[in-house]
Amino acid sequence: MAIPLAYNLRSLKVRWTSTVVAVLGIAGTVGVFVAMLALAQGFRATLMASGSPRNAIVRRAGATSEMESIIPLDQVRVIEDAPGVERGGAGPLVSPEVVVVAAFPLKRSGTDANVQVRGVSRKVLSVRDSVRVIAGRFFQPGLAELVVGRNVGRSYVGFDLGKTVRLGGGTWTVVGVVDGGGSAFDSELWCDANVLNQVFQRPQNIFQSVTVRLVSPEALTVLKDALTADPRVTVQVDREVDYYEKQSRQLTRLITVLGTMVALVMGIGAVFGALNTMYSAVAERAREIGTMRAIGFGIGSVVTSFVFEALCIATVGGLLGCAAVLPLNNLTTGTINWQTFSHLAFAFRVTPLLLLSGLLFALLMGVVGGVPPALRAARQHIAVALREL
Amino acid sequence: MKYWRLILANLLRKKVRAGLTAGSFAVALFLFGLLAVVRGAFQQGVAVAGVDRLVVVNKVSIIQPLPLSYRDRLLRIPGVTQVTFANWFGGVYQDERNFFPQFAIDREGYRQMFSEFLVPDEQWQAFLADREGCVVGEGLAERFRWKLGDRIPIKGTIFPGTWEFNIRAIYRGRRRQDDTTQFWFRWDYLDERNPYRKGLVGWYTVRVANPDDAVRVVKAIDGEFANSPNETKTDTERSFAASWVKQMGNIEFLILSIGGVVFFTLLLVTGNTMAIAVRERGRELAVLKAIGFSDGFALALILAETVAVAAAGGGTGLALAKLFTLRGDPTRGLLPFFYLPPEAIALGFGLAIAVGLMAAILPALSAMRLRVVDALRRV
Amino acid sequence: MVRVDGGGNASSLIRVRGLDKTYQRGSEEIHVLQGLNLDVEAGDFVAFMGPSGSGKTTLLNLLGGLDLPSAGSITVAGDEIASMSARKLTAWRARHVGFVFQMYNLIPVLTAFQNVELPLLLTRLSAAERRRHVEAALAVVGVADRMDHYPRQLSGGQEQRVGIARAIVADPTFLLCDEPTGDLDRKSADAILDLLDRLVREYGKTALMVTHDPRAAERAHVVLRLEKGVLVDAVEAVDAR
Repeated sequence: MAIPLAYNLRSLKVRWTSTVVAVLGIAGTVGVFVAMLALAQGFRATLMASGSPRNAIVRRAGATSEMESIIPLDQVRVIEDAPGVERGGAGPLVSPEVVVVAAFPLKRSGTDANVQVRGVSRKVLSVRDSVRVIAGRFFQPGLAELVVGRNVGRSYVGFDLGKTVRLGGGTWTVVGVVDGGGSAFDSELWCDANVLNQVFQRPQNIFQSVTVRLVSPEALTVLKDALTADPRVTVQVDREVDYYEKQSRQLTRLITVLGTMVALVMGIGAVFGALNTMYSAVAERAREIGTMRAIGFGIGSVVTSFVFEALCIATVGGLLGCAAVLPLNNLTTGTINWQTFSHLAFAFRVTPLLLLSGLLFALLMGVVGGVPPALRAARQHIAVALREL
Repeated sequence: MKYWRLILANLLRKKVRAGLTAGSFAVALFLFGLLAVVRGAFQQGVAVAGVDRLVVVNKVSIIQPLPLSYRDRLLRIPGVTQVTFANWFGGVYQDERNFFPQFAIDREGYRQMFSEFLVPDEQWQAFLADREGCVVGEGLAERFRWKLGDRIPIKGTIFPGTWEFNIRAIYRGRRRQDDTTQFWFRWDYLDERNPYRKGLVGWYTVRVANPDDAVRVVKAIDGEFANSPNETKTDTERSFAASWVKQMGNIEFLILSIGGVVFFTLLLVTGNTMAIAVRERGRELAVLKAIGFSDGFALALILAETVAVAAAGGGTGLALAKLFTLRGDPTRGLLPFFYLPPEAIALGFGLAIAVGLMAAILPALSAMRLRVVDALRRV
Repeated sequence: MVRVDGGGNASSLIRVRGLDKTYQRGSEEIHVLQGLNLDVEAGDFVAFMGPSGSGKTTLLNLLGGLDLPSAGSITVAGDEIASMSARKLTAWRARHVGFVFQMYNLIPVLTAFQNVELPLLLTRLSAAERRRHVEAALAVVGVADRMDHYPRQLSGGQEQRVGIARAIVADPTFLLCDEPTGDLDRKSADAILDLLDRLVREYGKTALMVTHDPRAAERAHVVLRLEKGVLVDAVEAVDAR
């Protein structure tokens, strides 16, 4: 039979200042850990939500991002007729697109940030079915009209419905707001691709990418084979999800690496704090421990008892840290997507898995911080311990 | 200080505890160092920006080019002493993950404009003589172990095709924080090979005679090209760099928050440890007082002990951080400037001492107020 | 019958032969016990006296299995404990020894009841059975009405009673008391000694006690002095008092 749990719990309560200190140390570490990973996850999730497994994105062979790619209209026609492309009432569900970057002042700081402007085809809502108009209406082809993602109005000055915006030397009107479903499109401005080319003095009928809705996710191979074999086009075909996943990699990696480094270092600090607390506890309670061992509780019981105390501290710290970070969930922030040079708004994403990792991290710290003092407690010479004054 | 022995002996009585407390300081200051480095990396562009240089980009979008013809018009604006230009190339060397900045530069004016990058004369001449020549920073050369004369293949993305360059020169930075990871080649070579966009440059860099005149010159430049097909947006190099940092979001806030959490916890841990130590040593302190040492002495003793631990631990942490930065950038190219400046080290050390003092105040006061009679009676 | 000459018969409850204990202090070797012999039978009440540092507590620690001798044998109820492994010794202690300490050594965060219950947690008794034993022990020592109090809420005398209750609750083979009245005032000390006396006489317990207090020594059946590492002076005290 083991040393009663009440002993440990009450001992923690009696030495509450030390307990609180150790708990806060662990809570802080777990909080930072979860927060930083939530940041990285959020960024990644936003980008990945931009892609659908049922869409393919076609770019010029060799281009690493949309901006570097060139696809003339005749190649677009070839793509439209390729096998695997879904057809709707208005014809093949294909959206040839042009992407540029323009600077607008951020509401938050007043300084400029680069916004991604995407010229699309009027069929784009059928191709990207996760995007819906939630206010106003979609733009009319051939007119200088803008449809903005729902984060744009929030982040930038002057994009309310009905307002006019100067873009590329021309004047445009904001006619609608779309919900991009938590994807990069929430941070973009959409307009007619041909109008965009005109205003930006780009050559007409040259696009950068073509987004294609497939008949089924498996149809990707069919489309890919057909297009790569076709001598009339030099393109690369990727599943849209994969394309965005690659885009997110660099920044996700940066945040994850930094976040993990910081959390590890903080973790060491928290373990030191826990060790200090537990060692002091062992020292203060030397006589109690000696007494219990004199009565007949073995080394195993003593070790388990102290490790249990450390785990209590760790669990409370872990829960506290997770609780502190939970309000951050869905808090929107923004940063630059280096692949597109544009500003991307995304939300912290605190997933259950992340919270669980935070807790496990806390428990790990608890074990590391609890075992050495517990061993010391157990190995004290009983007779010496009983003499402790 | 003749009491050094006493302080040291007291600390080493419980070596593990002293070690752990010093360790906590070391950890906190190591983190401080890391955070200072990251902050510095993000701010680097701003810090090294020339005070007398302006950046001119296309107003519509930063990725739109400007015509070459603008160069002469810029030179004629009063207050402007020099003009140069460059293009962003954005190619891939072997693997997309080997990122480094590549610029197609104006071979006539670039070197003079960016005088913080030092290129030996004969190397620069070799560069001028070779159409396919390139100049690389010494940091970059070290990273990939390039030498003069190496032929470097780069896969163009914005400008398609395989491009090969011969390393004709290696530059180094005048100051410690200058970026030596850049890759320059000749703009005229780019223009020649580029089928789509001839006579177009990415942006201009303009030097003004007098930095205080910058605002007027900015207005003058933008006014000169207003209502043309390619309007310009001009800014000082510093503002330009700063706006990129701003776009990256609340990096400062994030760093300050983490730093705050860490130091607060450190404060608690240390304070608690010293409080426990004072409680345990009640008897000893009482004896010292009985012998004749003053209450003030007891106060000073506790403070001195804590500061000693803080200094030892903090110093170690900062030293480790400095060592870590010497290894170079762990994110492989995303943070080219991975450096811990002496000011940050000094600040960190100061903070460590401050935290030590703050943590020790309450325990030190209780040591001061300890009454001999009570302490000796306590069993 | 208590003997210190090594000539006791095999029916002794506690048999000690040739006990040596040496400490290393720096470069010196201190021989605390040298060839000590002892025989104690069931129901004996023995007091150990001697100057400070003579090794009384060391002897107690050895008899209680808290420490191991440098040489010699200690047999209790047939078990040779001087050569037991640490784990077996721990289990042996739980079964056979009840400790009473000078400083009571109660766990401050547990109530009197929970303190007394501690040794029973090492047995297989159910919660109800444990409760019965604890209440009985507390009744014997006379602090049953305080069983839900914490040590800091008890007087010194009450704390020691709880300590004694804890020592007897698991019905150990013998009691080891290290200066049980050392920290108490005269009145409380006498009460504790009355209690020990009762335990020996009415309940047939065997008790070994280290003490400075001559009044405590008087209550024992036999007083032994520890001198130069061995026990001497088996003085038979008058029984009735």
